[in-house]
Amino acid sequence: MSTHSLDARRLLCPMPVIKAQNRVAQLQPGDILEVICTDPGARNDIPAWCRINGHRVLDVRQQERDIIIRLEVGSDHD
Amino acid sequence: MANKQYKAVALISGGLDSMLAVRVLQDQGVHVEGINFYTGFCVEGHTHAIRRQDQNKHKRNNALWVAEQLGIKLHIIEVIEEYKNVLLAPKHGYGSHLNPCLDCKSFMVGKALTWMQEHGFDFIVTGEVIGQRPMSQRRDTLPVVARESGAQDLLLRPLCAKLLPPTRPEKEGWVDRERLHNFNGRSRKPQMALAQHYNIKEYAQPAGGCCFLTDASYSHKLADLWQARQHRDYELDDIMLLKVGRHIRPSPDFKLIVGREEGENNYLEGYRHCFTHLRPAACPGATVLVDGNVTEQDLALAARITARFSQHRDRPQVTISITPPGTATRQLEVAPLAPDDIPGAWYL
Repeated sequence: MSTHSLDARRLLCPMPVIKAQNRVAQLQPGDILEVICTDPGARNDIPAWCRINGHRVLDVRQQERDIIIRLEVGSDHD
Repeated sequence: MANKQYKAVALISGGLDSMLAVRVLQDQGVHVEGINFYTGFCVEGHTHAIRRQDQNKHKRNNALWVAEQLGIKLHIIEVIEEYKNVLLAPKHGYGSHLNPCLDCKSFMVGKALTWMQEHGFDFIVTGEVIGQRPMSQRRDTLPVVARESGAQDLLLRPLCAKLLPPTRPEKEGWVDRERLHNFNGRSRKPQMALAQHYNIKEYAQPAGGCCFLTDASYSHKLADLWQARQHRDYELDDIMLLKVGRHIRPSPDFKLIVGREEGENNYLEGYRHCFTHLRPAACPGATVLVDGNVTEQDLALAARITARFSQHRDRPQVTISITPPGTATRQLEVAPLAPDDIPGAWYL
């Protein structure tokens, strides 16, 4: 299990979701991905994408303008 | 193979029709996963994300929301570069504006076909309905999509399948044709009734309205961009910026992109390393980007327009900061333009 980071700042949805999706495809089940975004739409979109694709959102936090979403890669991903 | 569960990939726009098409197949035990293509022109959330006044509005990606309601996976595929070929040279031309709907649908079904083959799925599903859209969903154009996408009889439209020749999933018994539908025309009543049947109470605005290229104002700005550059091409930043601010073209050589409020100003600030940008030096006002080649006289005019959109617009003189990319900021003292001095024809 390893932790990875993805800078999706200044990208507008759905690009942060697409970037997260493409990155997750390269990771292993149990890996952690931290996605840093600025589009407030990502607050809803990335967790929704995680729910339907079997990944788990660990936490969502705001750090000044950045929204940081930590997710754990699920076992059934492609 | 009687017990095989067949797998379909469905084009999910986020509207009601694709949602219903999936539900119809799920009813027949087909495993469905969704696919959604991002061209750069999709309306989804962009302006909401940018504009401060909209920051508190509920934001959701409708395709993701629909997938969640249906309990299916959704694969979002970015096709920005490939889509240029569709938009810049559509074989079947444009609709009312710069919307190449027929070529677009063939392109997307073709991409879905590739995805289907790579992932071991059996057929493709769309929510198309005969007569629903004036260009891409007519009785004579639905076969064009099936043919030009390469999907041929692996493309199933559950909402109007009974009005079309049987596809392979129907002929082979992967789905029961009798339990598909015969929707036809622009009326939404059959879809509403089917939504009620499935107890679907909430859905995004039915069909259409999801692409900026169907918008007259957006298409006008895009055509202006091509005309000004004397070639038809674009980058993602170009088409994103067409969604933001007032666009004012005082001359064929340059235009100004004027932020309308704080959220847009912040967004435009992100482009300050790519464009000359102007701001009022001592009062709130618009961030203005200069797109094109400007003379010193043009910059003075840009400064007067910037002053016009500042809080000090009624003062005789306003100081404007001008910053070309990679160089120092300088200041210019100008008289704000009066509203009548900005001809209506300058507004794109």
